[in-house]
Amino acid sequence: MDLQTWTWVLVGITFALYIGIAIWSRAGSTKEFYVAGGGVSPLANGLATAADWMSAASFISMAGIISFSGYDGSVYLMGWTGGYVLLALLLAPYLRKFGKFTVPDFIGDRYYSNVARTVAVFCALLVSFTYVAGQMRGVGLVFSRFLEVDINTGVIIGMIIVLFYAVLGGMKGITYTQVAQYCVLIFAFMVPAIFISIQMTGNPIPQLGFGGTDETGMYLLDKLDGLHRDLGFAEYTSGSKSTLDVFFITAALMVGTAGLPHVIVRFFTVKKVADARVSAGWALLFIAILYTTAPAIAVFSRTNMIETVHNVEYDQLPEWFGNWETTGLIAFEDKNGDGKVQYVGDESLNELTVDRDIMVLANPEIAKLPNWVIALVAAGGLAAALSTAAGLLLVISASVSHDLIKKMMKPDISEKGELVAARLSAVAAVCVAGYFGINPPDFVAATVALAFGLAAASFFPAIVLGIFSKRMNKEGAIAGMVVGILSMLFYMLKFKFDWFGGGTKEDWWFGISPEGFGTVAMISNFVVSMVISKFTPAPPKEVQEIVENIRIPSGAGEATH
Amino acid sequence: MSTPNHKAYWKTNLRYLAILLSIWFIVSYLFGIVFVGELNTIRIGGFKLGFWFAQQGSIYVFVILIFVYIRLMNKLDKKHNLDK
Repeated sequence: MDLQTWTWVLVGITFALYIGIAIWSRAGSTKEFYVAGGGVSPLANGLATAADWMSAASFISMAGIISFSGYDGSVYLMGWTGGYVLLALLLAPYLRKFGKFTVPDFIGDRYYSNVARTVAVFCALLVSFTYVAGQMRGVGLVFSRFLEVDINTGVIIGMIIVLFYAVLGGMKGITYTQVAQYCVLIFAFMVPAIFISIQMTGNPIPQLGFGGTDETGMYLLDKLDGLHRDLGFAEYTSGSKSTLDVFFITAALMVGTAGLPHVIVRFFTVKKVADARVSAGWALLFIAILYTTAPAIAVFSRTNMIETVHNVEYDQLPEWFGNWETTGLIAFEDKNGDGKVQYVGDESLNELTVDRDIMVLANPEIAKLPNWVIALVAAGGLAAALSTAAGLLLVISASVSHDLIKKMMKPDISEKGELVAARLSAVAAVCVAGYFGINPPDFVAATVALAFGLAAASFFPAIVLGIFSKRMNKEGAIAGMVVGILSMLFYMLKFKFDWFGGGTKEDWWFGISPEGFGTVAMISNFVVSMVISKFTPAPPKEVQEIVENIRIPSGAGEATH
Repeated sequence: MSTPNHKAYWKTNLRYLAILLSIWFIVSYLFGIVFVGELNTIRIGGFKLGFWFAQQGSIYVFVILIFVYIRLMNKLDKKHNLDK
C-alpha cells in the first residue's frame, strides 16, 4: 500500500476508536464532566496524565529541538520530567485530599477570597489558551504533510474530533481517550526509534544505542561532535548556552510543569490520596519512556541528516527532501552556485534551512523505513496533539462554568444548568482554539515559554505555600501572585515583543533569558508572599483547619463542589 | 484538629521530602548543569557522564524517586493509622 492509503487507514482507525470511547463514556453529571466521577484507577490516570502532558511539542518538536541544540536541549528533558517529582511530592496528594474540581477552587477556598480566585482563573485561562493554539497547529501540520489536505482543513477536522469527545464526555471521555492516545503515541514514537537504532548502531534499545558505535566502530556521539566541529557548529555534547541560563530555564520549566492546571486537575480524578501519589509515579514512568528516547532520536536524525545532505548535488538528493520542500519547511538556496548543498554553522555560507519541527516526522523517511511506520508517526502526532488539546479545553470550560459562573456569578445555578454551561464553554473554547490554529499569532513560540513562566510565577508558589505554610494569608498570596505574573509579563514583553524600550540578549538581567525568567518571577512571588503575610492578619481558624486537614491522607472524600 | 499523631506524621513527611528533593536537586542541577563540564571528563562507553546525566540519568532517578516516595509514604500512612 502507498503512504497515503496507510495514513488514511491508521488515522481513520484511531479516530474511530476515540469516537467510540467518547460515546461509551458520556458524562451525566458535573462531577463526571469535571473529574471523571473521581473513580479513575491510578494506572489509567497515569496513562491519561502522560498523554495529557505530552503535546505536539513533545512528540513532534522536542527531538528536533534537541537535534539542533545538542546539550542545550537538556533543559527540556530535565525541565519537563523533573516537574513531576515536585508535583508528586509537594502538590498532588494534598490537592487530592482537598477534593475540589479545579485549581482556582483551591486558591479561592484556601485564600478565602474571590479576588484570589479571579486571579487564578485569569492565569488558568491565559496559560491554557496559549498552549492550545499550538496543539491545533500541530494537528494541521500533520494533516497537510501526510494527508495532503490544506492545513486549515486539517485544523477543522481536528476541532470536530476534539469537540465530539470533550463536549460529550467531559473529563470522563477525555480520560479514557487519553489512555488510548498514549498507547498510540508511544507505539508510534518507539517503533521508528527502534528501527533506526538497529540500523545505525545494531542495538535495539535507543537509550543505549546512541551511546554505542556505528559500523566503523566509532562512537556515534564522538562522530557527531566531530561533524559539528568540521562544519562550524557548537559541539553537540557541550552546547552554547551559559550555565546560569540553563539552570534557570530548567527550573522555570520544572516549576511551570508542576503548576500547569491541566496537569494538576488530573490528580483530582482518583479515589484517594495514595492513588494520587501512585498515578504521579506511573505518569512519569510513561513520560520517561518517550523523554529518554527523544535524545537518542535527536542524535540519530542529526547524524543521518548531515551525512545525507551535506556536500551532495541538489539533483542527487533523496525523495524525502523534495516532499518536505513543498511544505516549505526545508529550503535550499545555492549561495555559491556550485549545485551542491552546503550545510554549515556560518550563516553567510549556509545554504540549507531546516524547520526543526520536521525532524521527528521526516526521520522515518530519511532512514528509509517502510510506509506503515511513516503513517504510524502521523497517527501518533495527531494523538499527542489531540489529547493535550482536550485536557486544556476542559480546564478552560471548567474555569468558565465552575469558577466563574457557579462560584461567582450565579451560585444558585442547577446541576443541569452547570453541565450545559460547561458544554457550551467547551464548544466556545474549541472554536477559539481553532481560530488560533488557522490564524496562528506569530508569537506562538514565544507565548509557550510565557505559559510556563506564568504557571511557575503564579500557581506553584500559591499552592505550595497554601499547603506548607499555615500562616500564609490572602494578602500575601494575592500580592505574590500579582507580583509574579506582572514581573513575568514585563520581562517577556520587554525582551520578546520590544515593549518598554525592548532590548537584546546583552541587556538580559544577569544573562537570564525570558524563558528562564519564570524562576526569578517565582522566587519574587515566594518572597513577596512571605513578607506581606508577616505584616497582615493570620488566616481565619477554619482555613488553618483546612490546611491541617489536607496534610493528613485519611478520610479523603469524593470530590465535591 | 491537630493531634500528636498527626504532628509526628507531618514531621516525618517533611524529612522524607527534604531527603528526596536533595537527591532530585543533585542529579539534575549539580550533575547535569553546574558540574557537567567536570563530569564530562569521565566516560561510560560512548557517553560523557555529565551529558548522560543531563539527557538520561536524571530522568531515571526522577522516576525512582517518586516510587521510593510512594513506598515510604504508604508505610508511614499505615504506621500512623492514616491509610483508611
